[in-house]
Amino acid sequence: MFGLDKKDTSLLIIVACLTLFAPFILNPFPTGSAMAQFNAGYPDLMQRFVIFGIFAIGFNILFGLTGYLSFGHAAFLGAGSYSAVWMFKLIGMNVIPAIVLSVIVAGLFALLIGFISLRRSGIYFSILTLAFAQMSFNLAYSVLTPVTNGETGLQLTLEDPRILGVSATADGSIPVTNLFGLEMRSTFELAVGPWAFQFNAGYYLCALIMLAAFYLAIRIFRSPFGMMLRAVKSNQQRMNYTGLNTRPYTLAAFVISGMYAGLAGGLMASMDPLAGAERMQWTASGEVVLMTILGGAGTLIGPVLGAGFIKYFENIFSKINDNVLHTWFSFLPDGMEDAVVFIIHPFIGKGWHLTLGILFMLVVIFLPGGLVEGGQRIKGWLRGRKAKDSNASGETNPAE
Amino acid sequence: MSEFDVSRRRVLKTGAIAGAGVALPTIFTASSAAAFTNEPTGGTVTLGFNVPQTGPYADEGADELRAYELAVEHLNGGGDGGMMNTFSSKALQGNGILGKKVEYVTGDTQTKSDAARASAKSMIEKDGAVMITGGSSSGVAIAVQGLCQEAGVIFMAGLTHSNDTTGKDKKANGFRHFFNGYMSGAALAPVLKNLYGTDRVAYHLTADYTWGWTQEESIAAATEALGWQTVNKVRTPLAATDFSSYIAPVLNSGADVLVLNHYGGNMVNSLTNAVQFGLREKVVNGKNFEIVVPLYSRLMAKGAGENVKGIHGSTNWHWTLQDEGSMAFVKSFGTKYGFPPSQAAHTCYVQTLLYADAVERAGSFNPCAVVEALEGFEFDGMGNGPTLYRAEDHQCFKDVLVVRGKENPTSEFDLLEVVEVTPRAQVEYAPDHPMFAGGNLGSCNPGA
Amino acid sequence: MDAILLQILNGLDKGSAYALIALGLTLIFGTLGVVNFAHGALFMIGAFCAVTLQRILNLSFELVDESQKDFLGNPLKVKTPYVEAWFGPDIGGSIIDWAVPLAILFAIPIMIGVGYVMERGLIKHFYKRPHADQILVTFGLAIVLQEVVKYFYGANPIQTPAPDALNGVVNLGAAIGMDIVYPVWRVVYFFFAVLIIGGIFSFLQFTTFGMVVRAGMADRETVGLLGINIDRRFTIMFGIAAAVAGLAGVMYTPINSPNYHMGMDFLVLSFVVVVVGGMGSLPGAVLAGFLLGVLESFASMNEIKSLIPGIDQIIIYVVAIIILLTRPRGLMGRKGVMED
Repeated sequence: MFGLDKKDTSLLIIVACLTLFAPFILNPFPTGSAMAQFNAGYPDLMQRFVIFGIFAIGFNILFGLTGYLSFGHAAFLGAGSYSAVWMFKLIGMNVIPAIVLSVIVAGLFALLIGFISLRRSGIYFSILTLAFAQMSFNLAYSVLTPVTNGETGLQLTLEDPRILGVSATADGSIPVTNLFGLEMRSTFELAVGPWAFQFNAGYYLCALIMLAAFYLAIRIFRSPFGMMLRAVKSNQQRMNYTGLNTRPYTLAAFVISGMYAGLAGGLMASMDPLAGAERMQWTASGEVVLMTILGGAGTLIGPVLGAGFIKYFENIFSKINDNVLHTWFSFLPDGMEDAVVFIIHPFIGKGWHLTLGILFMLVVIFLPGGLVEGGQRIKGWLRGRKAKDSNASGETNPAE
Repeated sequence: MSEFDVSRRRVLKTGAIAGAGVALPTIFTASSAAAFTNEPTGGTVTLGFNVPQTGPYADEGADELRAYELAVEHLNGGGDGGMMNTFSSKALQGNGILGKKVEYVTGDTQTKSDAARASAKSMIEKDGAVMITGGSSSGVAIAVQGLCQEAGVIFMAGLTHSNDTTGKDKKANGFRHFFNGYMSGAALAPVLKNLYGTDRVAYHLTADYTWGWTQEESIAAATEALGWQTVNKVRTPLAATDFSSYIAPVLNSGADVLVLNHYGGNMVNSLTNAVQFGLREKVVNGKNFEIVVPLYSRLMAKGAGENVKGIHGSTNWHWTLQDEGSMAFVKSFGTKYGFPPSQAAHTCYVQTLLYADAVERAGSFNPCAVVEALEGFEFDGMGNGPTLYRAEDHQCFKDVLVVRGKENPTSEFDLLEVVEVTPRAQVEYAPDHPMFAGGNLGSCNPGA
Repeated sequence: MDAILLQILNGLDKGSAYALIALGLTLIFGTLGVVNFAHGALFMIGAFCAVTLQRILNLSFELVDESQKDFLGNPLKVKTPYVEAWFGPDIGGSIIDWAVPLAILFAIPIMIGVGYVMERGLIKHFYKRPHADQILVTFGLAIVLQEVVKYFYGANPIQTPAPDALNGVVNLGAAIGMDIVYPVWRVVYFFFAVLIIGGIFSFLQFTTFGMVVRAGMADRETVGLLGINIDRRFTIMFGIAAAVAGLAGVMYTPINSPNYHMGMDFLVLSFVVVVVGGMGSLPGAVLAGFLLGVLESFASMNEIKSLIPGIDQIIIYVVAIIILLTRPRGLMGRKGVMED
């Protein structure tokens, strides 16, 4: 199907099902229950899952295939966000022109930075990309404030021209982002018994775009171009000795992954029309590196899993406070309740960084191939138990 | 990928059950049945406390959170009631808000506008918060204020000092109790004039972002009106940790006053560096060299230790104030946590009470009703004397404190002493003052 | 002229912190081939060794003084440090006053221990893993270390002053008839850094141990084949590198009050320094540290800022880009190191 082999098709279909039914899958606990704290099925977080999924998929096209570790990819995401918000300010609230422009701007920006940075390899390349991104961040925060609105972030105002739309709605508010009239924030809520599932228009737009991006990534991975990039990773010198100039291939990969980042930035701004300079900071670039490695660099599904993992912790664990803990453990006797809360306390709320750091270490130490390897081990173990088949567990091909 | 069939079937099955639909689906768009976003229907109402829990302002955020917890306790009738007893409006009964028990959710802004919005969105979309409050920087406050306007909930700003929050970025759904850069300048200027005279040459070091600029503008305008000269305004990168290369040129610039438009970690480091370079012992133009820190934070001042002694600045509130409201608040906060509250804690506590009171008086949680109740609201007994929430820009007008680093602190909390309480009339300005121009409040948005 | 000399001085003083951190980073990289993202955290732990010693020396017993009241109106508890009670207020007071220099002695064993545990417990399992994995695990470790410090010490900066005797300013230009006033402690920091750097270089150059380590850096396998336990020596070098970072941190505390994320603030910068110096080159790291420090100071001069607005925000990165584009392996890098 779609020019993919059977394995890739089923992978694509799985991802499609997971994203389309995410409002159910991410909301396993009834709304009023104590465990509802762990529900992630609300529009903003679901949007973030798929948007950062796109970002990580794009990053993986560069890092997973060519081995070039860019430490400045957040700059493209930021550039995409800024151009999208400017489109909302100047043209109108339809998301299509904004997304298109953000991809183009990020692509051009990536072409410029890639052209210079790819003259070096290894850590020298990483530092060059880092330097460009940090320059972008520092300037966006200070000198470029007329364009970026600095610390506050670029926001829509009632005075924006919006030549193809209205500056302000009839009731005096800023118009909302839409796709030909379909508001991105409109949400259909379905209540099933104690559960409440939210279906958000913006999320489904992001999800469809992510599926397209994922499909494109599969095609790139399987194409001769992808083979060429892998060859660059395994031995660039040998490629050069055969008389082949690898630079155009790596540059193409760099620009494509930059455009993915721009797409993610444009979508982010379309869901929530604000672009902050922190999106370009080195920590944001580092985050996508972590997502990719954590999920499994070089695998197709890994980066998406890694993105989900990190965003889940950032948004869910940081919101658990002592008060919540006390309600969870209220069934315990008083002294024990306090003791349990005391033990868990450092790891939740303001301690979510600590939990995340520990999990990074555990995953890297015990699962060198990232979360994908974890999944394979579980699969192998289940299969081994089910069929008692000796060769099933020996199969460790990455799920590419 | 053999489990594909299983998962598809399971997912389809779930979908089918869902499709059968037990309850009525409701659509949340611009034209739905609900009167406003997150209308509380049960016996409880949820407030969202969005403060920095990680990053450099984490301690300040923690103090804000303590104040919020205390406010919730008091609203629900627990504790000694704190400022509810001294508050001039007596609408609050200690039975929650409109009889609904107050519950709260917390989130981490990370002092980043993006993360703060994500956190606020989850409170609105997932937890059903009807009011968001908090924040420890102007960038975050403005970003979250914009979000709350779009979503149709009330935003009660925490610590934000930039003129823009109630200036060019003001929003109908947003309210600020904290003072701003202009007020700092207006309050400091007369004190500086008395202390240092009218013939001074000032050198500004300014954090290179929006807040720093508005404060620099405000202070420079206020001091130049006294007759001071401004010899130089130097912008320093936010990420800078060592300010020595910016301090060194001050030595030979001919300036005799250094104004540090820095906050938080920047302020601690630049002040420490300035003292290291011996600026305080210097005599220039026949006068003692002086340093001014327009916005003081006691929590952060602690990091600068000895270096704050004798240095003047302004704050919104200080725990040593002897009015009834302040004493009641310090007592209940100190009894619960064992140390006095910071100005961030004070403004957050007051904001929560003001919101609850406005809802009680309006008789509804509807943001538009709350806005109406807060606009032009005059109150007293909250630690800052008679205070007005001005309708034109949703800024509170009240007395401003000029403080000085204490020479002989008696405890680790006793770092600042109040030099003067600048009366409200002196820090007031017209809503269309050029430093605040360009914004538009818009109309209140009830969402839904 | 005075202004330029002052900025050169300032650059050298800033650069000495960069050089010390980059030196340790390069030692680890050159010996073990590990990219250590937790190096900034080691610097931070060093700084908190000073904070901890200060706290220990200030451990106090409390006496209730009925004549004074605390903020709630209860009788004030007056604290007296044990050190002052044992040695008398004069000697005890000056011991507390000299906490930061004393912390050097306190920090060396702690930092070597921390380095040893880190290397044996974690890093050693990552020699053969890709650099990306090393980055991730050490980054995770850095987060954990700084969060642990935050849990115990809070997020606000903590003041750790230099001894009173070293707190003032000194006029360095007096001898040549110029007026170059500079804080004493910063001058101390510079000479301290020179001392440490000199010490490390002579250790590697003039001792048998250092010779073996250098041989191992050049060709680990052959040295191993000669029957020398090179791993053990590299572990010790890791400990030394950690101690260098830690000492840099201890001495830095009076310059800027330490806080839990100071390591992260220095992390990116120190990597830029190492790479500009050239991967694996110790002299390169030191040179690049001082170079970037001086250039950063110049960029913050008003004359230059008015010429190119915002240059002080990006100078480090501009220099890094220019150097890497003109000299492919940084100032003194070796061919083939970290290029794939």
